[in-house]
Amino acid sequence: MENNKTKSSAIQKILKCGIISWVAIIALWGIGSLKYDEYFLPSPKETIDSMKELIKDGTLWSDIVASVGRVIKGWLLSIIFAVPMGLIVGNFRPVRWLVEPILSFFRFVPAIALTTLFLMWFGVGEESKVALIFYASFFPMFVNTIAGVASTDKQLVEAASCMGAKKARVFFTVVVPSAVSNIYTGIRLGLSSAIICVVAAEMLVGSDGLGYLINSSKLYYKTSWAFAGIVTLAVIGFAADRILQFIGKKKLKHFDVK
Amino acid sequence: MYIELKNINKSFGDFKASDNVSFGIEKGKLIGLLGPSGSGKTTILRMLAGLEKQDSGDIIIDGKNVNKLPSNERGIGFVFQSYALFPFMTVYDNIAYGLKVQKKDKKFIKQRVAELLELVGLPDVGKRYPDQLSGGQRQRIALARALAPQPELLLLDEPFAAIDAKVRKELRTWLRDTIDKIGITSIFVTHDQDEAIEVADEIVITNKGRVEQISNPVEIYLEPKTPFVAQFIGQSAIIEDYSKLKGFEVTENNASAIIRPEFIEINKFEDSEYHPFESSMEDAVVEDVSFRGNSFEVRALIDNISITGRYPLNASRLKKGDKVKVLIKKLYTIDENTTNILVNKALDDSELYYI
Repeated sequence: MENNKTKSSAIQKILKCGIISWVAIIALWGIGSLKYDEYFLPSPKETIDSMKELIKDGTLWSDIVASVGRVIKGWLLSIIFAVPMGLIVGNFRPVRWLVEPILSFFRFVPAIALTTLFLMWFGVGEESKVALIFYASFFPMFVNTIAGVASTDKQLVEAASCMGAKKARVFFTVVVPSAVSNIYTGIRLGLSSAIICVVAAEMLVGSDGLGYLINSSKLYYKTSWAFAGIVTLAVIGFAADRILQFIGKKKLKHFDVK
Repeated sequence: MYIELKNINKSFGDFKASDNVSFGIEKGKLIGLLGPSGSGKTTILRMLAGLEKQDSGDIIIDGKNVNKLPSNERGIGFVFQSYALFPFMTVYDNIAYGLKVQKKDKKFIKQRVAELLELVGLPDVGKRYPDQLSGGQRQRIALARALAPQPELLLLDEPFAAIDAKVRKELRTWLRDTIDKIGITSIFVTHDQDEAIEVADEIVITNKGRVEQISNPVEIYLEPKTPFVAQFIGQSAIIEDYSKLKGFEVTENNASAIIRPEFIEINKFEDSEYHPFESSMEDAVVEDVSFRGNSFEVRALIDNISITGRYPLNASRLKKGDKVKVLIKKLYTIDENTTNILVNKALDDSELYYI
């Protein structure tokens, strides 16, 4: 009986951690790659081999550093602007009325569409890429922060007011903490937008980064490089989100972060 | 009067939440605002706290007109139905909030919070977060938080409505004791008459934005001033034409009457023979009997008037279809605006016998 129980919970654990899905995907990929040649669909092993190769000659590492650096720059810059702006816009209704129409217009302009303009304005160097990433991750953060402020429980504000708190204090001690959960969601969404955007920007212009690696693989008929770049991106994105999730769970538990 | 409301009017769109409300409260009293939902009781509380502004009329607290004072300058403790504790702060920080606003020093805050945790009987929960407490505990903490800045007036908006029945009863008594201990003037809103009767020194009954009656619980029960109060309090039922009943004559304008189970004495047909008021009893047929724990509740039909009364446990049982003799001791007669107590003539004439 007890043995059975531990067995079933062990199976549950394995299912839950997702290992089976991963094994299945890699197996499918492996079987599929048997049918095609390396230029069309490289096998998992060939992908790992070219990753090793790229690590050895240092390109993969320098591309990771370049891409991650841009993501972090653009994303942090975005947090610095989007969160305080969102808090202010969310808190003052007339400002919200002014901002909302502009917001709902630009929300639907994807960052990629602005590449040409940004290249023209900021040049072909780092600035234009960071600016694009900034733009891409700004909106999820901004919109979510505004929503967080707007969703503040009115009774908490009233409770604070009855205890004598003036508006500024209510803002910092009640409204901002109430918005933390939404801000956190915005920051996570912003990160994924940033990663999507960095690849696109690097594919279009530039001479390093994971996007460049993927794009340039076609020049050398090295499909496995593209695969290596894609896998690296997935791993980085996954790890980054997991780290954020971990921080959220550990540190922001009482801010209703799930 | 410590607190006075003078001709308060308040509308939300077409809905009149307060219709010329005026009443006063003495210092140190515990007042229950009782009424059905939508009767405007919470609006009165919120206007007192400054969370809502009246359209017209004056609110005076301790001789001072507070009409223009915002909620953060009124010095009123408010306890919400849904607790409204800050979920992102520990219990300690929740209670300390008002003290930090007052810029008290750390040592004082620490001491005061400990004192309040002691008062509400939860001395060890300071480090916990609200979501680690039960509903009853949260409401105790909410009370501690409201009391921390030493308000002059404590307002409680249906403080126990979200708490399950058993804990609610405990909390009522506890609230009563705690408020007595501090001696703070308090007003609480409730739609539960048992709660109001049990806890309040005085009850303000509201209906459709108006105040119907202000009296102590016993008076509210025994001498309802308006037809609404007579119907609202107790287990009241309306009798449309009471003139058919023995011992009651129709008084001017008062066509219908209100009856409660405690006004009725039900006797078995055969037991009533030697009853002093046998002649004033009505014949009735039992319609339904249900067990109420400490007695039976009996519904019986006198001609076509349905009445409900109590029947003791120790007597021989009644069942559906039994013939019974019913003595109706009194009624509350009502017209549009007034209520009168009408005692059965037989009892009225022979008060000596009837104790």
